[in-house]
Amino acid sequence: MELSFKIEGGNFSGAGSASSEVKRTLKQLDVDASQIKRIVIALYEAEINVVAHAFGGKIEVKISADKVFARIQDQGPGIADISKAMQEGYSTASSKVREMGFGAGMGLPNIKSNVDVFDIQSVVNEGTVLEMTFYLS
Amino acid sequence: MKIADILELIEAKVANSEICLERTEKFKYAFASDLMSDVLRLKCDNTLLVTGLCNIQTIRTVEMAEIKLIIIARGKKIDDEMLELADENDICVLETEFSVYKVCGLLYQKGILPVY
Repeated sequence: MELSFKIEGGNFSGAGSASSEVKRTLKQLDVDASQIKRIVIALYEAEINVVAHAFGGKIEVKISADKVFARIQDQGPGIADISKAMQEGYSTASSKVREMGFGAGMGLPNIKSNVDVFDIQSVVNEGTVLEMTFYLS
Repeated sequence: MKIADILELIEAKVANSEICLERTEKFKYAFASDLMSDVLRLKCDNTLLVTGLCNIQTIRTVEMAEIKLIIIARGKKIDDEMLELADENDICVLETEFSVYKVCGLLYQKGILPVY
């Protein structure tokens, strides 16, 4: 099964609706609850990142019997130093993002701690592609 | 503790339908934070969230973290959009005038445990 969502940069009201839809689908497919939790937490943090930092983007999710693969691609400023962005506490978030309860530099570390395979590629002033694989067994 | 007992303890109002007071599940742990990324790191079940952060992402976060009870402290009030999302996800929202510190103190006295 494949799901695809457009994400609007700066739309904090709608942020999380894609992750919510994926959660609903995984529940319908009777995926184990602990697996669903780590998948949607990583996806939600990634979705928040797009809303917080990029002009827009898309989330594609492929669900198969043994794994869930998600690709989050955005158009935006990109990440100049990925290794810094992976450190807990490092953030370039705006005050608006902080008002929403995020932007403390926990997003990418939280994502990484929930995925089995994690890849991030970024080009400054173009955007970022994040790929995540979750094995269900 | 049951939701109805917590409501009485912290002199809260239920933001959802009163039907959530009839829920019988017992909450064993509490976590207090205004930082939603910290909430998303919790690995614990039967946990309630105490927060002063009152916006749509508060509800989204507990939806993802599978938390079924939020206490909104410091007199903040949730809006209709938040309430709708909470109802959709079977999340009970209590509003209290008490500070986060006071709510946590009262819950701790009654044996609600910290997550870590």
